[in-house]
Amino acid sequence: MSFPWAEQYTPKHPVMQWVDEKLPLPRLVYNAVGAGYPVPRNLNYFWNFGVLAGLALMIQIVTGIIMAMHYGANTAVAFATVEQTMRDVNAGWLMRYAHATGASFFFIVVYLHIFRGLYFGSYKAPREMVWLLGLVIFLLMMATAFMGYVLPWGQMSYWGAKVITGLFGAIPVVGEPIQTWLLGGFAPGNASLNRFFSLHFLLPFVIAAVVILHIWALHIPGSSNPTGVEVKGPQDTVPFHPYYTAKDGFGAGVFLILFAILLFYAPNYLGHPDNYIEANPLSTPAHIVPEWYFWPFYAILRAFTVDFFFVPAKLLGVLAMFASILLLFFLPWLDTSAVRSGSYRPTFRKFFWILIIDVLILGYCGGAPAAEPYVMISQVAAAYYFAHFLIILPLISRFEKPLPLPNSITEAVLAKYGKTDGEPVAVPAE
Amino acid sequence: MVRIGAFLVGLFFSGWLLISFLVGAVAYVTEPPAVTVEHEFHRDPKHVSFSFDGPFGTFDQAQLQRGFQVFKEVCSACHSLKFVAFRDLKGIGYNDAEIKAIAKNWAIKTPDVDPKTGEMSTRAPVPADYFPKPFANNVAAAAANNNAIPPDLSLMTKARHHGSAYVYSLITGFQPQPAELLKEFPDAKTPQGLHYNPYFANLNLAMAPPLTADGQVTYGDGTKASVDQMAQDVAAFLTWTAEPKLENRRRAGLATIFFLLIATGLAYMAYQNIWADKKKAA
Repeated sequence: MSFPWAEQYTPKHPVMQWVDEKLPLPRLVYNAVGAGYPVPRNLNYFWNFGVLAGLALMIQIVTGIIMAMHYGANTAVAFATVEQTMRDVNAGWLMRYAHATGASFFFIVVYLHIFRGLYFGSYKAPREMVWLLGLVIFLLMMATAFMGYVLPWGQMSYWGAKVITGLFGAIPVVGEPIQTWLLGGFAPGNASLNRFFSLHFLLPFVIAAVVILHIWALHIPGSSNPTGVEVKGPQDTVPFHPYYTAKDGFGAGVFLILFAILLFYAPNYLGHPDNYIEANPLSTPAHIVPEWYFWPFYAILRAFTVDFFFVPAKLLGVLAMFASILLLFFLPWLDTSAVRSGSYRPTFRKFFWILIIDVLILGYCGGAPAAEPYVMISQVAAAYYFAHFLIILPLISRFEKPLPLPNSITEAVLAKYGKTDGEPVAVPAE
Repeated sequence: MVRIGAFLVGLFFSGWLLISFLVGAVAYVTEPPAVTVEHEFHRDPKHVSFSFDGPFGTFDQAQLQRGFQVFKEVCSACHSLKFVAFRDLKGIGYNDAEIKAIAKNWAIKTPDVDPKTGEMSTRAPVPADYFPKPFANNVAAAAANNNAIPPDLSLMTKARHHGSAYVYSLITGFQPQPAELLKEFPDAKTPQGLHYNPYFANLNLAMAPPLTADGQVTYGDGTKASVDQMAQDVAAFLTWTAEPKLENRRRAGLATIFFLLIATGLAYMAYQNIWADKKKAA
């Protein structure tokens, strides 16, 4: 599962030789994230986000396990135990804010990782399985984040749970029984809170397992790179360690600085004030909004306002919201262009940036109240979202004339550094 | 096959969204959404500056103690502070003896069980107790307050946008209903028993103005107790009750970011060093 020139694990210490014979775990690590994994030498900073997502997952698991030690999954005490964690547990405020801010940073990193994949065509053959598993991780993350947001049992927790499980209520005939079954009652209550806590604890470990599959699937063809040209020989690659461990170390530092700024100086900036009000089934908040990372999908959900003959608008919205994520699973077969990287696809690139702006607009509308003009704007933006992936992208890949590709990764790198007369270059490896 | 299916699905969703847009746009033009009285007359919180503003701000302990005094003498008659314990007052500069005395002399007693008979009873709070609630339950609270339940104040400044300024603005924001409002929205007259306040979400608040006259509270430190001063002080106190670890958090943040900047700088140099031979022309 690697290039023939990959460095071989040769333990020198007799203890390590003994371990390697009995259980070649160090060998596995060496081949996965050590010197035994050859990686294209031209990765830019956008290739840092996979490792950063792993770091974010670890931060969430560590802070989450500590928080769980102080949390009571019962509607009578949940809100109060979270407050006690904030006030009376040593560094409890740090764990709680790190967990809440960490969730946002996890999504920021994963969204950048996904858009990296979209721009550089990382989803294309032979890496389709990497993309598909990544989407599974994304879906698991969304479920985990949603259930985690319910746990503090604030107003947005309660009403968010009600709205999101209400989506299943839109399914004809079986919808309402499904909603009741999911909640363990007719409205969010103790049964819902308990199962959400249980699943919120379980799913991160499922995510970790799928991350292992994701990396395994990646290591079979090896990492893609900004040119999209496949590795041709040893001169195109460098060992993951120390080259990319060093680069990821720097990336992790920058990530942690940004994380610390928000965590220590604006921990509630990305949250909603209503979640500091204890859940009250008798008082509906003026605007029920999910966390920011769900806003684009929430905008798509609310964009459907007109019934399609016998199909109610609400059901259409639910179908479209799920479709907006599920369509990404078909992306490797919708984009048939042989050229991977957006850098060599002039038409694709323009539409890619329109998509980015479109998703940002959807996000803004999703966080705004369900009133005009936001609904009209999100209708146009959602129409573009579907048209982009399902209509425009297949057409571009058929008719676009790509720019000439470099012959190899090394050629592309040398073209970049060729004019420097051997001087070290201040620009980081791109 | 995949692409044909995708094309049809895309056509359906995009097409129906555009039709929905047209329907909405026609409705928007023919029947523009009515302007609500809240939309027109609700005001964002006033600008007010506190010692804890900004990333390096800290609490002014004298102000917190004054704010606590306002809470004790005015707010606590109706509002609970259930997530704060007497022992927490150490955080605003009281010593153990003072806290013991404050708890012992607190006007509201802590519910307890008589150790001899097992009957429900009350006793004076001790430092370990949380601030006792002024009403036995929500029904009692609503009955005593024109059917509105006074909310718990522990987290109030985090439960509203710009919470500290919001508390200050709300307390100082009571005013007669503007004439233009009644002219434009004749049905929006403030109902009997409510009080007009443009800083409140729906403009009419069950709470009567709590601070009505200068000198309502007599400050021990000689600060002139104007309504504005008392409102600022209690807003500062409630910022502390909502986020008692604010100063620890900012201090820890400074140390963490200082450490991370150095570590990241070293990591960058290591990265450049390791890559030096790969970034030259061959």
